[in-house]
Amino acid sequence: MEETRILLKNIGKINPVSSADYVAAGGYKGLKKAISNPEAIVDIMKDSGLRGRGGAGFPVGLKWSFTKGTPSDQKYIICNADEGEPGTNKDRILMSGDPHSLFEGMAIAGVAVGATKGFIYLRAEYPYLLPILNDAIKDAEAAGFIGKNILGSNLDFEIEIRSGAGAYICGDETALMESIEGKRGEPRYKPPFPGVSGLWGKPTIINNVETLCNVPQIIDKGAEWFRSIGTESCPGTKLFTLSGNINNPGVYEFPMGVNMRTLFKEVGGGCPGGKKLFAVQTGGASGAIINAEMLDMPMDIECCAKAGAVLGAGDLMFIDESINIIDVVENLIEFFVEESCGKCTPCREGNTRLLEFVHKFKDGTAREDDLERLIEIGSFMQVSSLCGLGQASPVPVLSAIKNFPDKFIVKSDERGQN
Amino acid sequence: MTENISNCCTDRTVLDKIAAVARNWKGRKDMLIEVLLQAQKLADNAITEDVAEVIAKEMSIPLSTVCNAVSFYAMFSTEKRGKYIIRMCKSAPCHVKGAEDVIKAFEKVLGISCGETTSDGLFTLETCECIGVCDRAPAVMINDEVYGPITPEEVINIITNYRQRREEA
Repeated sequence: MEETRILLKNIGKINPVSSADYVAAGGYKGLKKAISNPEAIVDIMKDSGLRGRGGAGFPVGLKWSFTKGTPSDQKYIICNADEGEPGTNKDRILMSGDPHSLFEGMAIAGVAVGATKGFIYLRAEYPYLLPILNDAIKDAEAAGFIGKNILGSNLDFEIEIRSGAGAYICGDETALMESIEGKRGEPRYKPPFPGVSGLWGKPTIINNVETLCNVPQIIDKGAEWFRSIGTESCPGTKLFTLSGNINNPGVYEFPMGVNMRTLFKEVGGGCPGGKKLFAVQTGGASGAIINAEMLDMPMDIECCAKAGAVLGAGDLMFIDESINIIDVVENLIEFFVEESCGKCTPCREGNTRLLEFVHKFKDGTAREDDLERLIEIGSFMQVSSLCGLGQASPVPVLSAIKNFPDKFIVKSDERGQN
Repeated sequence: MTENISNCCTDRTVLDKIAAVARNWKGRKDMLIEVLLQAQKLADNAITEDVAEVIAKEMSIPLSTVCNAVSFYAMFSTEKRGKYIIRMCKSAPCHVKGAEDVIKAFEKVLGISCGETTSDGLFTLETCECIGVCDRAPAVMINDEVYGPITPEEVINIITNYRQRREEA
């Protein structure tokens, strides 16, 4: 099956630093249109139906309308380039191969809501992207696409890069803002939401790299064009990162709604060594683990959710029959124990408890009430944690229990005392 | 807050260089992480107490604020580390592709355990969470360079290359 390369169309084909190359490939046309009619942009984004590509799937036009409608002397656009979800590396591909499409998306957002300053919060694990991004910013400034009086208008839009320092939690939008402000990356209580009160208390749009890279072509080609791709509830394409036990790992672009089996077999080439597929973790480390029988699934937000999976940022980690699923679950919970920021109790204590229970399943000492407790604590974390980390971290273990009940064996004849 | 930070003497010329970096951002608390990243590269890959004090003083921010950030982010160390930091990814996509065997190979070749530094001060071996190259799992970062997919057998060559680099330098 052929890819639909809309976001990836320039990757490997142009000099990523050169705005001239990007323009020759049709770039910065969206920004020109945006500057000629800033008032119309938010409505076009709403009509396009674009939803956030970082995992939460929030409607982009609606998010932008909050910031547009909040008067302020200063507004900000933040690009969330803290791609920390294990199993995701699509944003790295976009930033290394086509950074101008990101700058254009950010500038359009700035023009749309009256923001003059943008930040790219780049994770520290991508230091080798810094020279590319910095050179591309300089090039775009020299060519007048960003900076002062962009494209000869009276509008300004500057872009600055801020580096993270290794913290998964900073993928959370408010934790990321705390980090840009120079603090520990701990999530804030919401409301107020960033659209109204974000970075330094100012109205702030924060979007994922892939989300922003969608914007230029939507403004250039129109909402109707965008809606003609993908599914009714999730228009457009999606970047899928295939990882784990798969012959062709990598990042691929397909319309939303592509079948997971197609991604596994035709695109990924199946498991190496002729091994059988056993499980798939969908949506990154915090996503659901499904069994191989559930593979026939159209990949969009609603279809995945209905089938008990998670689209997330489009990550699919394939697990073959040689892998012990309890071992994978243990690895995932260890990740969350390590990355929980510790601000709220359900997440800080809950992940540690989940890990204790999983250790019991691993060494065969788990009892019936351990399983009940695990499910109870996991469910409690989902509803009571402050941010997405603690709300989602029980998903892998809870979904694994549901989809691989025979792997979570309990000594059913010995109910524990406590 | 500072008791966790190792108290050691950083070279005066290094402290001066760090002071110069920090001075540029006096009063700019938002630049703290950037300053810490730069300082760490200058000072044996660690933010020791004397380094933290210089940064606090030159940026005019409380020492506790500096230590707060240092203790939060995984990239910062309070203990001096080697010239080359080997950061082996242990997140799930690398894990299912055999990251553990590669870690063992690094331990064997270097003669140290995870978290330790070789006696010549050249290498520190660490595990870390996802470095975003899941399409090349299992993967490792050595300072700013990425290697992947790597097999346990390739570890010896990688280490030999870095040892040669030092000899050439």
